[in-house]
Amino acid sequence: MSEGPLQVPGQLLSSRRVGAYHHLTLVAPGIAERTKPGHFVALATGGPDTGMSLRRAFSVYKVNTRGVYGGTVEVVLAVHGQGTAWLAHQPPHTPVDVVGPLGRPFALPREGTGRPVSATLVGGGYGSAPLFGLAEALRSRGCRVDFVLGAGDSARLFGVLDAKRMASTVAVTTDDGSAGTRGRVTDALPQVMAAAGTDVVYACGPMAMLRAVTAVAAVRGVVAQCAVEESMACGIGVCMTCVLPVIGDDGLTRMVRSCVEGPVFPGDRVRWEDVGTVPVGTVGAPGTAASGGH
Amino acid sequence: MSVTVRTVQPAGAPAPSVDMRARLGDLLLPNPVLTASGCAAAGRELGQFFDVADLGAVVTKSVMLEARAGRATPRMAETASGMLNSIGLQGPGIEAFLDHDLPWLHEQGARAVVSVAGSSVEEYAELARRLRGAPGLVALEVNISCPNVADRGLVFARDAGAAAAVVGAVRRHTAPSVPVLAKLSPDVTDIVEIARACVDAGADGLSMINTLLGMALDLDTMRPVLAGITGGLSGRAVKPVAVRCIWQVHAALPHVPILGMGGVASGRDALELILAGADAVSVGTAIFSDPSAPVRVLAELTRLLADRGFASLADAVGHAHRQEPQ
Repeated sequence: MSEGPLQVPGQLLSSRRVGAYHHLTLVAPGIAERTKPGHFVALATGGPDTGMSLRRAFSVYKVNTRGVYGGTVEVVLAVHGQGTAWLAHQPPHTPVDVVGPLGRPFALPREGTGRPVSATLVGGGYGSAPLFGLAEALRSRGCRVDFVLGAGDSARLFGVLDAKRMASTVAVTTDDGSAGTRGRVTDALPQVMAAAGTDVVYACGPMAMLRAVTAVAAVRGVVAQCAVEESMACGIGVCMTCVLPVIGDDGLTRMVRSCVEGPVFPGDRVRWEDVGTVPVGTVGAPGTAASGGH
Repeated sequence: MSVTVRTVQPAGAPAPSVDMRARLGDLLLPNPVLTASGCAAAGRELGQFFDVADLGAVVTKSVMLEARAGRATPRMAETASGMLNSIGLQGPGIEAFLDHDLPWLHEQGARAVVSVAGSSVEEYAELARRLRGAPGLVALEVNISCPNVADRGLVFARDAGAAAAVVGAVRRHTAPSVPVLAKLSPDVTDIVEIARACVDAGADGLSMINTLLGMALDLDTMRPVLAGITGGLSGRAVKPVAVRCIWQVHAALPHVPILGMGGVASGRDALELILAGADAVSVGTAIFSDPSAPVRVLAELTRLLADRGFASLADAVGHAHRQEPQ
């Protein structure tokens, strides 16, 4: 398998509404073969004469290397603005330039180390999208997989049926109680972890959820691998906009690019409470003078 | 000098033969397309999409003496045909740059134009000293759009005297064979005055334009979008400003080499800056949406020059200023 991202002139194959979201399938030759769970793709938006200058980044939901039309990549998106609205409402065969796979994928447990590893996967909203490919990869290694899926309401849950097909158990929570148990994923997580004997947690969703999941997992001495959703301009590591404070092996905090050093981070390394700031003591943090310049 | 307009080549014609070599003072580049500082890091990431040695040169992200964490997030806001950024010059510092970044570019056979930034004249001078003799370095670009700590944070680029002091210091500490380019800000009353001061201080060429200072508000929070409040506007929205600045400076200082940048996303954009007086162009924000933009721009530009009957890039530089014979 080749490494590294490709830039390919892709094409929209289908666009389907799923609850509050849109499920897009894109023909993107070559990308599917390289993609691992946790990777993301960056899609050009707006067509050739667009006034939108930036790509939109999405976790990969599924890939198919043997599609009739060549390799396909599937993503799930929520309409947030002009760019996502354009992507959600194009007809089939619309050309869409695709860059991917990008980022560092989820780290999988080592194979053949005694008893099967128990993995608990936690998704918030459509943040669950990358977890289903991960679940398949974990299952193929003999891991136990349990899911906790949460959202604001039932329309914003994504992939409950996928999860039921793959997992030993599926716990569902919604803020308004319209599906599953009323509450947050972190309300259900301790019980799920206790029942499953969780060794590793994988999570993807909003920052606040990742922070809370990391804390709940830590209570049981488990590290959560968290895929962050930071806003990005380039997705390939050149623009320096998607940074967050992360503690390195040397114990020092650095402003780290979530696109190339993430999007998956060990939750205990991310300074969640300081996301959006440059914490005091960060390598190269500004003193009182000499801040400025673009 | 006049250029005869020849027939437009049919689509699908073989690759046109135009002498694409570009000259910036004593520096001869194989072609006129470079990356813009801050949009290509130090080239490594783009090396996944094309051979960085195929570009005229890679202009690296501004390096400072020390490692720098940059500003808080959000650092970016998309705007109509452009974007605002407020990164705050995050970078590893000159030592790590010399240990890891510049050697990589050199190994690829790429030419490196190293952008330097500081908060005092002495810092710029020290950066030039540290870079002296570094393999792969073909030119310095002096990012003077930084606040001058010694002058209550007034940006060097907005004051002819401060700009000249920085450029002069860098020039004195740089090997004579390595051109020093001053990167000018368009946010000034008279860009020709600043350009002239930099040239008089020893600049071998001028890079223009840096971003324009801008700002965006979030209508939900009713607060600035950027954590840094203001940011630099770049992208296609700023191209007319770049064309104007290049036009004015080339008209006033026709023999001073210009590296043009500002909204170049296509060969047509590049040609416009060249016709206005740019000897070479940098592709910046376009890389964020199209990582292979620099090589695409080069191919498109070559075709456009051939279509217009230019035998060489040099013939097109500043062409828009020439009076055609009646």
